[in-house]
Amino acid sequence: MLTQSSKAVRARKRGSPIMRDTTQARIIGTPVLRKEGFGKVTGSARYIDDIALPRMWHGATVRSRIARGAIKAIHFGADIAWDEFVIVTAKDIPGANCIPLIVDNDQPVLAETQVNHPEEAIVLLAHPDKARLHEAVAAVEIDYEPLPAVFTIEESERQQTIVWGEDNVIKRFLVEKGDVDSAWERAAHIVTGEYHTGAQEQLYIENNGVIADWSEADGLTIRGSLQCPYYVHKALLRVFALPAEKVRVIQTETGGAFGGKEDYPSMIAAHAGLLAKKAGRPVKILYDREEDLAATTKRHPSRTRFRTAVDRDGRLLAMDIQVDLDGGAYATVSPTVLSRATIHASGPYFCENIRIRSHVWATNLPPHGAFRGFGTPQTIFGIERQMDQIAKAAGLAPEEVRRRNFLAQGKTTATGQLLRDPIDLPGMLDRALKVSDYGAKRARFARENARPSAIKRGMGIASFMHGAGFTGSGERFLNSLVGMEADASGHVTVLVSSVEFGQGTNTILSQIAAEALGLSCDDVSIAQPDTRRVPNSGPTVASRTTMIVGRLVHDAAHSLAVILREKNLLGEKFSAQEFRAACATYIARFGALRSEARYQAPKDIFWDDAAYKGEAYPAFAWAVYVAEVAVDTRTYTADVVNFYALQEVGRVINPVLAAGQIEGGVAQGVGYALYEKVVWKDGRMSNNQMTNYIMPTAVDVPNIEVYFEEIPCEHGPYGAKGLGELPHDGPAPAILNAIQDATGISFTSIPLLPEDIYLRMAEAQEPGTMESAERSE
Amino acid sequence: MSAAKIQSTEIRFKVNGVERSVFVPPMKRLLDVLREDLGLTGTKEGCGEGECGSCSVLLDGVLVNSCLVPALQANGCEVLTVEGLATNGALANIQRTFLELGGAQCGICTPGMMLAAESLLRKNPQPDLDEIREGLAGNLCRCTGYMRIIDAVRHSAQTPIAAAIPAPEDGVRA
Repeated sequence: MLTQSSKAVRARKRGSPIMRDTTQARIIGTPVLRKEGFGKVTGSARYIDDIALPRMWHGATVRSRIARGAIKAIHFGADIAWDEFVIVTAKDIPGANCIPLIVDNDQPVLAETQVNHPEEAIVLLAHPDKARLHEAVAAVEIDYEPLPAVFTIEESERQQTIVWGEDNVIKRFLVEKGDVDSAWERAAHIVTGEYHTGAQEQLYIENNGVIADWSEADGLTIRGSLQCPYYVHKALLRVFALPAEKVRVIQTETGGAFGGKEDYPSMIAAHAGLLAKKAGRPVKILYDREEDLAATTKRHPSRTRFRTAVDRDGRLLAMDIQVDLDGGAYATVSPTVLSRATIHASGPYFCENIRIRSHVWATNLPPHGAFRGFGTPQTIFGIERQMDQIAKAAGLAPEEVRRRNFLAQGKTTATGQLLRDPIDLPGMLDRALKVSDYGAKRARFARENARPSAIKRGMGIASFMHGAGFTGSGERFLNSLVGMEADASGHVTVLVSSVEFGQGTNTILSQIAAEALGLSCDDVSIAQPDTRRVPNSGPTVASRTTMIVGRLVHDAAHSLAVILREKNLLGEKFSAQEFRAACATYIARFGALRSEARYQAPKDIFWDDAAYKGEAYPAFAWAVYVAEVAVDTRTYTADVVNFYALQEVGRVINPVLAAGQIEGGVAQGVGYALYEKVVWKDGRMSNNQMTNYIMPTAVDVPNIEVYFEEIPCEHGPYGAKGLGELPHDGPAPAILNAIQDATGISFTSIPLLPEDIYLRMAEAQEPGTMESAERSE
Repeated sequence: MSAAKIQSTEIRFKVNGVERSVFVPPMKRLLDVLREDLGLTGTKEGCGEGECGSCSVLLDGVLVNSCLVPALQANGCEVLTVEGLATNGALANIQRTFLELGGAQCGICTPGMMLAAESLLRKNPQPDLDEIREGLAGNLCRCTGYMRIIDAVRHSAQTPIAAAIPAPEDGVRA
């Protein structure tokens, strides 16, 4: 770390978030206390590790030790009393040996004839004493006939070894707008760049875990740490060949997720379920950190290539973009990650001529999956590093080249989406530059850096956007349903499958329901997510919970009032007391009081899946982030000293929770840029411990200042848009842009560790190699 | 098998002000003794190797990772866990500021983080921001970016203990 005193100075300067009040709401926009916060600060909140069922055994997983090969034999070592264990292999699966999510016949629950990545599950064991499982897992020997494997995008695209389909391509997209090919001859400058991002672990502090319970009468019940109850439900129906009512999924308090508990819980739930069914008793599988790191999903590594034509004034004439992701050994969520990566790859900029070609490639790594941003941090890293190189080629300041090319109301995106809502990116840029004191600092740092000092300082910008909700026709297919019920005391319960995992779902949805019904948040509960009780409001992903599900909660609340009004129990305007009285009367006369609301696609939204054109998202959140860095040229460490995060997210429902989302996302982005490196050895994560996979501590994070602009959005409840993923998209390019400002070196890969900085600085000291990674034609 | 052969022994210690006695293998992790033998599941396991700090407790007033402490070492000691922070149903100052200022998101690091804060504030009642950052550096939080945790510690240091607010009746799922 740099110096302690500088930390103190910058922390003292921290301002409070600036809020703009745009409505007369009572509860929306206020810092209502986290709904489940009391349990969390007293230790009474019950996570899956805190729950034990009567007669429960513990489960463990025997995993592949090679990347790819045929399974020839499974041996059970002699020193274990195997009759004390329940043993499950692929032969015990009653239904399909497959976890289907997007691609049919995707990854198996248990490998039977072949493994396609290290740590692939092959055998499951259960025993009453979890201490006995370690040695039992180690005593299962598997004979393999190894097959050639591929471990990188480059190896996969060479197609010498085919590990998926006919060409190793899990999914490809082509976005075309205008005429890219004819633009090059008009260009004043053509700038090319290639950028790389590494895998990143979600690193929720609570590992993956579930408890499965089986009975012939009730079927399978899963309790666990998860984001998407109905994803698990859908997967288990097929694996166990059961009707919908025989599978029940209950989310327990979840200790962080960030996408890492989006698709993997289906796998661990299937494993625990198979053991429970065979054992005839509840079985808990709880990963330890090493297993969770080695076996579960990470952010897709990426390579992005940009060829950009600009005119004499620095305006974009054409963007030819290639996006390649490493999907790992199975498809899982990769097609949709690639979709989001593709659509965001041209950044918040207007250009008449855009071509984006994208592929997600199969390799023999464990499948990569969802992680906050879902492909967007990868392509925003590329485009935002590229914009700084364009600025340089055009002789413009980084902020100026952005200002000249921003998307605006009435302009179209890469997919041809006409932006109907007001957007003020130039105003946001002005404010971000002002609050960060960008101009004065940048000028001062330039003077100071010219002197022979060891510390080089710089400022960097990233401007970007994040689409809220499922891409394209996704929300139409999800067809989400929200329920609401009130009891005779007027207490309202919201029924959703959208879950709390720290991001604030419980509180935000309570605020929306309370605001709509004139109640206080204490008058509203969120039902525990349980597929037997709550309808399918969709998965808790894609920055969709506040905007899409929140809107449905708002609509269900209004329906509840309408039901009471139709019986003449409630007027147009009503007090909380009147609402309570009406509920009591209604229930006494008519029985249960319930309402629901189902998603209805906005009429002006059209998406063409075949051509990949149209309205990709109902709304975008917009942001301009500024990073201030100090690079120590003796230790080769880059330190983010201050970070300024300005975003337009529609109406802010809860300022404390919203700022907490932004700060947490920025910290993860700092880790993505400068700390977190997954080291692969023959397809396996070799640094699968918190000791050597390093995430930022309280000492490492910069002072983060958060600013909101609020332009109410017609699609969201009370004007809110999604914001949860946005803050992970911008920090890495802002930080590397600042490092280029400080050192003159354009680094193009993250994570950027001190050894990487050392290598490039050592090179740079030899004349003529200073800008080697930036290739200007 | 090997675990079963180890002789259990009696460990007597004071946990959250109450004398407790357990009969456990001497090398059993204090974390597991608290969670399994005493049912105090507020102390969390994040990594099992002393890196994340989720299992932090105070052992005779010293902040320790309870995943690295054998039960034997706790014999005759006083242990403070998250369950011992609130008194008579009223949240302690540090709990109140974590709750009000957004210091807890997913909540899994929160018990350990509050004990790290408690340890810091006992040694240094008026820490500056560097000291707060240093004091929390052994406890990892993936949700908050630490800003609101730092605020919570700073406000806790500035607010008299008597300002504790009463606990709601049902805090888990209101």
